Amino acid sequence: MKNFKFLALSAMMGSVLAFATACGNNAEDTNENKDKNQAAEQLEGEVKMDGSSTVFPIMEAAAEEYMAEQPGVKVSVGQSGTGGGFEKFTKGETDFSNASRPIKDEEKQAAASGGIEFQELQIAYDGLSVVVNKENDWVDHLTIDELKKMWIEDGKVKKWSDIRPGWPDEEIKFFSPGHDSGTFDYFDEVILDGAELVKNAQLSEDDNVLVQGVAGDKNAIGYFGYAYYLENKDKLKVVPIDGGNGPVEPTNETIQSGEYTPLSRPLFTYVNTKSLKEKPQVYDYAKFILENAGDFAEEVGYVRLPQEKYDEQLKTLEGLK
Amino acid sequence: MKKLIDQEKVIKNMAGRLVKNNFFKFLFFLATVFGLIVLVVLLYRIFTQAIGWLDIDFLQNFASRRPEEAGIKAALIGSLWLMVIVAPLSLILGVGTAIYLEEYAKKNRFTDFIQTNISNLAGVPSIVFGLLGLTVFVRGMELGRSVMAAGLTMSLLVLPVIVVAAQEAIRAVPNQLREASYGMGATKWQTIYRVVLPAAIPGILTGSILALSRAIGETAPLVVIGIPTFIAYLPKSIFDTFTVMPMQIYNWTGRPQEEFQHVAAAGIVVLLFVLILMNSIAVFIRNKFQKRF
Repeated sequence: MKNFKFLALSAMMGSVLAFATACGNNAEDTNENKDKNQAAEQLEGEVKMDGSSTVFPIMEAAAEEYMAEQPGVKVSVGQSGTGGGFEKFTKGETDFSNASRPIKDEEKQAAASGGIEFQELQIAYDGLSVVVNKENDWVDHLTIDELKKMWIEDGKVKKWSDIRPGWPDEEIKFFSPGHDSGTFDYFDEVILDGAELVKNAQLSEDDNVLVQGVAGDKNAIGYFGYAYYLENKDKLKVVPIDGGNGPVEPTNETIQSGEYTPLSRPLFTYVNTKSLKEKPQVYDYAKFILENAGDFAEEVGYVRLPQEKYDEQLKTLEGLK
Repeated sequence: MKKLIDQEKVIKNMAGRLVKNNFFKFLFFLATVFGLIVLVVLLYRIFTQAIGWLDIDFLQNFASRRPEEAGIKAALIGSLWLMVIVAPLSLILGVGTAIYLEEYAKKNRFTDFIQTNISNLAGVPSIVFGLLGLTVFVRGMELGRSVMAAGLTMSLLVLPVIVVAAQEAIRAVPNQLREASYGMGATKWQTIYRVVLPAAIPGILTGSILALSRAIGETAPLVVIGIPTFIAYLPKSIFDTFTVMPMQIYNWTGRPQEEFQHVAAAGIVVLLFVLILMNSIAVFIRNKFQKRF
């Protein structure tokens, strides 16, 4: 029994000590940072952000840089998905909600009934990239109608030859983001138009799985965010999309100029206007995002908005203070 | 006269029996080796990916958009904070329940009912506990996305496992020990505290630490209650927001940049290390106490 008490005691002491050191380090760190940044106006408090996992990397970058400037402000960024983020946002639990699609009407209603007012901020563009296998030498471009024909469930097995005569008589393998993702929502809106997605499509919430899938099958087709295509350029072939004005390949320029339509989409963050007014750190952070979002977006694989758009929104923001 | 044992027949059947014997031996050996091989492949892959990325900076840095600068500090400390709530809470409640059910409660319909429910709860998917935590702790008790709310949710998740493990351990204590204690004039509580519990402790702790290991590796309930992924500060109290290792690793594996796969692997190594540490404590305690009986 004595042995056990000793053991338990030392285990407890050990963990307490480990904690003390861990926390101690932290205190020193913040002190150092404070000294460095004494020049700028120091703000304090919390900024809570949640929402789309597509927007997450941009916001992670923003939070990281902002906290280097303002160590007193605690920014936390979650990734519950666009819908999950709005669920919390409309209950007033978060200050910002990131979204890879505009807010839906029922979400607006939820916000109104919770007494939440908000302001939409566009922060970057993403180009949904439709990709096929590297060895696929027949697809040179796809029109919106062809995409629709391919991806809609009609009870038949889809073959490449069904889409355009002359293409191989082989079954198409589909890879798509899961139903919870904003990427799927957007594709659903512009391509499927509410119709059902092909049943034998392989769904995954993890875009890297889709990359692997398309890279591993000659007859595969898939779509996901531009960043995932950029990082896997050597493994995949991107399909130029004909939205009515000839085939356009997604590149930084075509996405920014809106030429790559309809698959280029804006990424948003929604800010609670009450938080903007009452919490100086939330206003300051929103300003910081608009001033720097373009750089962060490009760094993590998205496309910046034209500078006028940021300037315009900065003015709107000033009016809301 | 016929012999009772027909040697010829025995010899004739022998070969077939030996083959059968060897076949099953081989089959079971294969089953064992299969698990091992998968484990080795997994470890090999993770360690080769993590090499070069796992260093002291990795432990001291917060998460970052740049893979070279990304670290696991907030998540590692966050996981430890979570354990500070989960470990005592689930142990006290779990062992308490087990003692009540095994030593005090009369066998009737009510205890049967509780017993069935505990066994069922052990099989409930973790995401359901997340929903419960979101409604009751995060929103109902207004604890927010804090260490406390997450700790309470995780405690509920592992509680059934701990109760069942503790019950098994207490049941395994020979009745003679209890009777001897009563015979010496000890009260019920004295018997439980001085005789039953010390004898059951190895079993209780082994089960509990395995349950806690599950809590430290679990993501789903925390995703549901909305624990943030990016945090560049450490919690100062149990009411602060925080993040944990599995969430951070999950986030890294989903990144487009290939370097983040290495960062994720380094994170997995740290998580594995913490798990192995916890499990070896369990083994150590078990071995130490089993010598007494």
